[in-house]
Amino acid sequence: MINAIGSLGFAVRTWLANLGYATRMFVRMLSLSFGLLRRPRLITDQIHFIGNYSLVIIAVSGLFVGFVLGLQGYYTLNKYGSEQALGLLVALSLTRELGPVVTALLFAGRAGTSLTAEIGLMKAGEQLAAMEMMAVNPLQRVIGPRFWAGVIAMPILAAIFSAVGILGGYIVGVRLIGVDEGAFWSQMQGGVDVVKDVLNGVLKSVVFGFAVTFIALYQGYESQPTPEGVSRATTRTVVIASLTVLWLDFLLTALMFN
Amino acid sequence: MSNLVEIRNLKFAYGDRPILSDLQMDFARGKVVAVMGGSGSGKTTILRLIGGLLAPQEGSITIDGTPVDTHDNDGLYKLRRRMGVLFQNGALFTDLSVYDNVAFPLREHTDLPESLIRDMVLMKLQAVGLRNAAYLKPSEVSGGMARRVALARAIALDPQLIMYDEPFAGLDPISMGVTANLIRNLNDALGSTSILVSHDVDESFSIADYVYFLSAGKVVAQGTPNDLRASSDPYVKQFVNAEADGPVPFHYPGKSLAEDLGLKVDA
Repeated sequence: MINAIGSLGFAVRTWLANLGYATRMFVRMLSLSFGLLRRPRLITDQIHFIGNYSLVIIAVSGLFVGFVLGLQGYYTLNKYGSEQALGLLVALSLTRELGPVVTALLFAGRAGTSLTAEIGLMKAGEQLAAMEMMAVNPLQRVIGPRFWAGVIAMPILAAIFSAVGILGGYIVGVRLIGVDEGAFWSQMQGGVDVVKDVLNGVLKSVVFGFAVTFIALYQGYESQPTPEGVSRATTRTVVIASLTVLWLDFLLTALMFN
Repeated sequence: MSNLVEIRNLKFAYGDRPILSDLQMDFARGKVVAVMGGSGSGKTTILRLIGGLLAPQEGSITIDGTPVDTHDNDGLYKLRRRMGVLFQNGALFTDLSVYDNVAFPLREHTDLPESLIRDMVLMKLQAVGLRNAAYLKPSEVSGGMARRVALARAIALDPQLIMYDEPFAGLDPISMGVTANLIRNLNDALGSTSILVSHDVDESFSIADYVYFLSAGKVVAQGTPNDLRASSDPYVKQFVNAEADGPVPFHYPGKSLAEDLGLKVDA
């Protein structure tokens, strides 16, 4: 019994210590980020790297999610004779929820793991230590640009996901099933609120961008510099980032849509 | 002050495991000083402590009279600009070309125009014999070449202090000779001070002005290479002559074989 309490206490203490360390690293990285304003190229290169490589998986997933929404939405709405509202259903589902959430989950799997492995291998190969010894702070030179690139890329990718998803819903609903095209677009135009739906969705994806990118970078930065350590850190990135996204989504939805 | 680096009463441990205790070392200006010892004797830890990558539990390290203070990030970075480090595996940035690796510290710490950086990078690469490999990627060069690229990067800002962590490990005899000559020649040409951590006796003795021998985190012998060759100290003799057994035992300490096999009869 005492052993169990001791183990629990140790686990809580370790968790709190990690949380404190991560917070300190986050604040330090933010304070060093102003220096990046003089070298925006470091961020744009990473946006290209992170965003470009995630684009195909995001677009293809968005298309399939749109297909499914078109089909499922039609079957359900048809029962109530409301299939004209299919465009509205697809657009709201994507902009409010599926766009930001699924993009963040895919981003964690695609770009997040890549970031963790890259930083972890840089650490294992002593590249981060070499940078430190050259009086270059890795938090500013390596972590900062990747973090801001992730934060910027996420809402763009979510917007692409939603746009392609709507296109998918249109192809299935209008082109294949035969829902009226005018109703599809006009219901969407009339029912989607730019601030309440679209901007809240964008805000969600920005928050997810902060969370997923930082978790990925932190896991890489704090990984054990061994092949096994990097592999574990990569797995942790997917698990922690996915759960954080889902938890944050609930929290943000409750706050935004009351 | 004749010493560039001074270590006084240094104590360092990883958790409960002591690595260095009551260490006193001096690294004279303009000299190549070798720090030698078996694996796990604390050689690389000394380099990391001098570079401020680790903080000692007790004692002090000063570089040119300035203490290495790991709590003062700005001061530490200022000190590091006067250092160059060659890591054991080179630690080249794998996403950058050989040229960009050497240009990295110049781009980070100077506002020099790209044309001047180019000239400087090519001169550094010329010094290590790799000017024509400038546009290769680290994955396209051999281990010995990678070590030389890392050396060119380490001297890019003409540092006052250059530290080498096992520069001869895993090199063929030709590359080893080339690296040893480069260390000596660059030290003399730049007027730097070099700290060479190695367990390669022949190469280290051929270029070092002074040698420290470490064992179990303590200096057990020191002197010029000639002094140490003539030393009667059992540890130095075992190390220099590569003897399998001696003060550093062949067997990991513990129970005897007879005890493990159940053959030992208690008296």
